[in-house]
Amino acid sequence: MIIAERKPLDELMAMLDPFEKILIVGCGMCMKACSAGGNKEVEALAAAVRSLRQEKGRPVSITEKTLGMQCSPKHVLQLSDSIKEFDAVLSMGCGAGVNFLADNYPQSVILPALNTKFIGVTVEDGVWSERCIGCGDCILDRTGGLCPIARCSKSLLNGPCGGSMNGKCEISRDLDCVWHLIYERLKGLNQLYRLDELFPYKDWSTSSHGGPRKIIREDLKA
Amino acid sequence: MKSGSNLEKILESGQFAVTSECGPPKGTSAQVIKRKGEILKSCCDALNITDNQTAIVRMSSLSGCVILQNMNIEPVMQMVVRDRNRIAIQSDILGAVALGIRNLLCLSGDHQKFGNHPQSKGVYDIDSIQMIQAVKIMRDEKKFMNGEDISGEVPLYIGAAANPFADPFEFRVRRLAKKIKAGVDFIQTQGIFDMDRFSRWMAMVRDEGLDEKVHILAGIIPMKSVGMARYMAKNVSGIRVPKELVTRMEGAKDAKEEGIKIAVEIIEQIKEIEGVHGVHIMAVAWEDIVPRIVQEAGLMPRPIV
Repeated sequence: MIIAERKPLDELMAMLDPFEKILIVGCGMCMKACSAGGNKEVEALAAAVRSLRQEKGRPVSITEKTLGMQCSPKHVLQLSDSIKEFDAVLSMGCGAGVNFLADNYPQSVILPALNTKFIGVTVEDGVWSERCIGCGDCILDRTGGLCPIARCSKSLLNGPCGGSMNGKCEISRDLDCVWHLIYERLKGLNQLYRLDELFPYKDWSTSSHGGPRKIIREDLKA
Repeated sequence: MKSGSNLEKILESGQFAVTSECGPPKGTSAQVIKRKGEILKSCCDALNITDNQTAIVRMSSLSGCVILQNMNIEPVMQMVVRDRNRIAIQSDILGAVALGIRNLLCLSGDHQKFGNHPQSKGVYDIDSIQMIQAVKIMRDEKKFMNGEDISGEVPLYIGAAANPFADPFEFRVRRLAKKIKAGVDFIQTQGIFDMDRFSRWMAMVRDEGLDEKVHILAGIIPMKSVGMARYMAKNVSGIRVPKELVTRMEGAKDAKEEGIKIAVEIIEQIKEIEGVHGVHIMAVAWEDIVPRIVQEAGLMPRPIV
């Protein structure tokens, strides 16, 4: 899923400062799952903003609403009747959700409440970690299912660099060297020969370096 | 000859090479390079110019190389893939060759997080092994990475790094083999302190016959102080300083002298290891000491080829 983190309250308060009537919109998909912007987080943020603005002597009116997801027209269009009533909409969706609200509601001020971080996994309660950068040309069949593009600090394709020590990356002793993990995994799978092949230059045009991406499936179009 | 460089001639003629390096200044003074070049020229066969080492912005490697060349000193241009995509890498190589550079060391580069612009975007379009491959194709087939023709020759002696002290240890020889497969001509290793591990690595290198396919220059880092020994032992990823050496530095009356002694001893031992064809001395901010180390290690005078 997509993992995000709420922006610091100070930053959000400054962002919301000019507005009196605010809609805070949560997202019931990834943002709920990573506890960054589901209904609970919408409720908590609304309460915090109300109270801080009250203290400042400039009370706000906040409406809370959590959509099933912010990245699908069916859900986003549920706001079409009410959205005009608000000075600003604070989205607790990921960056895609914020964009999609802006795409659909050109007359409304749409603000981001979160910093969208990465495509990743819940390692354990309260710990998330990156696994994929969406490069558009998956190579995991060659690397034992572990991604060096997302998980190696230098996105190396030909094995661990000279900074890999005791299984850790040179940039942090808290960070596993993914090439060390790949080595151990391929060894266990009797596939170490894969590491002897020279990995071809990567075609980054399938990633964001090729410009914003789009998929069209004719078979599914209305 | 692939490049006709002095370094190539020395290594290909079976002589023991000595290289060292100059870090360019955090500024515009050519004098810094000239001073280091002046100190090192009589005791080295070629001098590396580092490329924004530890990701700290300095004068470019190519400029430093040209400054040395104008003093009739042969440079080894270091180039990292951290800061350049394949367009810039190939373009800089063309320019370097046009300016007379004949030795190129292909590196990943220290991660930008370590440097003085940790907010910068790392490029890493290709990795160091792919860069070796690209340079070899540029040289031998006169083709760019996309297969288009290059006009003119690209005579470069291709170098790379190897670190016998990084993990996983068993992979380190495989990685060297990959660099050879990609087309590397010479290797400069990480600084060696752990002689036992280096010897084991070299034994594996010989078992695979790799010492016949590439010239390995062993990395030497003279230790200037106890603090430096302790720092490298603890904090530098990819370097292993055995406890005994740190203790020896701590116990010495004159730490600098002990550091010189250790460096000379390491070179003496390395000269006896089959398959090592030279040393690369990295005396960061202590270039003045290199001539003495080379002299005491019995590597003077340098051959004229």
